[in-house]
Amino acid sequence: MTDIREVSVDELRHLVSDRAMSGETMLLNMGPQHPSTHGVLRLLLELDGEVVVNVIPDIGFLHTGVEKTAESKNYQQAEVMTDRLDYLNPMGNNLTYCLAVEKLTELDVPPRAQAIRVILAELQRISSHLLWLGTSALDLGAMSMFLYCFRERELVLNIFELVSGQRMMTTFIRPGGLWRDVPVEFEATVRDFLKAMPRRIKEYDDLLEKNEIFLDRTKGIGILTKEDCFQYGLSGPVIRGSGVAHDLRKKQPYSGYDLYDFDIPTHPEGDVYARYRVRVEEMTQSLRIIEQALNKLPYGPVRSNNRKYVPPPRSEIGVSMEALIHHFKLWTEGFTPPAGHVYVATESPRGELGVYMESDGTARPYRVHLVTPTFVNLQAVPVMSRKHYIADLIGIVGSIDIVLGDADR
Amino acid sequence: MGLEQKAGNMGIVTTSLEKAVNWSRTNAMWPMLFGLACCAIEMMSAQAADYDMSRFGMELMRASPRQSDLMIVAGRVSRKMAPVVRKLYDQMPAPKWVIAMGDCASCGGIFNNYAILQGVDEIVPVDVYVAGCPPRPEALIHGVLTLHEKVRKEKIKDWA
Repeated sequence: MTDIREVSVDELRHLVSDRAMSGETMLLNMGPQHPSTHGVLRLLLELDGEVVVNVIPDIGFLHTGVEKTAESKNYQQAEVMTDRLDYLNPMGNNLTYCLAVEKLTELDVPPRAQAIRVILAELQRISSHLLWLGTSALDLGAMSMFLYCFRERELVLNIFELVSGQRMMTTFIRPGGLWRDVPVEFEATVRDFLKAMPRRIKEYDDLLEKNEIFLDRTKGIGILTKEDCFQYGLSGPVIRGSGVAHDLRKKQPYSGYDLYDFDIPTHPEGDVYARYRVRVEEMTQSLRIIEQALNKLPYGPVRSNNRKYVPPPRSEIGVSMEALIHHFKLWTEGFTPPAGHVYVATESPRGELGVYMESDGTARPYRVHLVTPTFVNLQAVPVMSRKHYIADLIGIVGSIDIVLGDADR
Repeated sequence: MGLEQKAGNMGIVTTSLEKAVNWSRTNAMWPMLFGLACCAIEMMSAQAADYDMSRFGMELMRASPRQSDLMIVAGRVSRKMAPVVRKLYDQMPAPKWVIAMGDCASCGGIFNNYAILQGVDEIVPVDVYVAGCPPRPEALIHGVLTLHEKVRKEKIKDWA
């Protein structure tokens, strides 16, 4: 066990106002197992009656040591851990990690693999937003949303299971391409999903847009101005809900996002309702991207031919001695990228997800650092929730879509 | 003509106290609404429409440990979280049961490092381990049913 350092009260005194010391305001602990913190976030609240004076987020309850553990694994092994970082966006994490490795090794990814990556990443975005919509609406009292959103989420998970055999932690996207080509049923299944989804999204709108309680608890709550967003370096739907049209899929397209036509939904209000609208509209945009990618899905290989970094297909191993050697080398030692460092960022459902990777020319990464959106966005909680009622804090915390695996890693 | 046959005609079932208590415990077991990581998402899926744990009397998740009988440790337990998990367990009234859901809660899973507890059984007694990373909702339901089986076999003399 690590040593636990005793901290005197004086050291922490600056975190709360002077009024807390005289007992005029109350200090209340929320979490780490509070259901509305969506995980293991602890919030220390300073309350004046029911009004929030200050919020101090305490993170680290899900610290997993991914960055350090990655240093003792080779490049293929370390990828498995990226699934479990932001566990609502495993495909996106895989994609970011693989893009970093590919940039480091200068690997080319075949166009078919790129298109499938985009489809999977967008499906993942829809499933993440669905989960967010279900749980956040549940927190605000709309119980049925949870059941409806999970119904649709299962459709996405079924597609993932179809392509990879796993529902959530697929590790399907690999450096240099994909683990394998998608099965023949893939296209029909995704098209069924595309057909069903717009009507379902309208159903959610019907349930929430005229729900007086939901509107009262979201409109005008947790306002975040454009300036706040820039000062705190926020990203994702949080910043788009404040009217900043910033999306890495447009600003620095990766994996062929520049081939597809889509909009960045923004809302200028900057409240919880705006962030909810942004996410719902993003789902529609994701459907658009998936449809375009499916329509022009090219044929061809799904893995790079560079045998130095990418294992040969199973069928080659039986007939080619060289393939067998490559296979053996890659799965025992791993590959050795040239020394150097890269930074790659993608747009995760929560914001900018970055991977900084440094190689010293050995088979294991020298350093893997993850820049995660929840960690950054969490800073805005105190700004948003001051002078609001404690009941509104639930909606505000939910509105930044926290995933503690992402913040603590 | 025993008493049982006569009573049966009147719509009365006779059983032992042990069986009756165990039966009622299995069919109204309240899990604690408390998730840690990835497995919590699959736990939510198990609660939702497609898998519907309420078929087994498990739909009522309680946010307070004082109202719950079952703790499903869904996800990896970090060293910082471990005292909290133990405290939650201590706050639950007996009889109480624990399911370690997923590889991380069972044995540390893929995270063999300084930060993660190598199995939640280091801090709380575990009744059922559910394998998988994360386990499918069916696997969790199977784990719950296995626990029900275990509860049905409990003896009065062991309650103490």
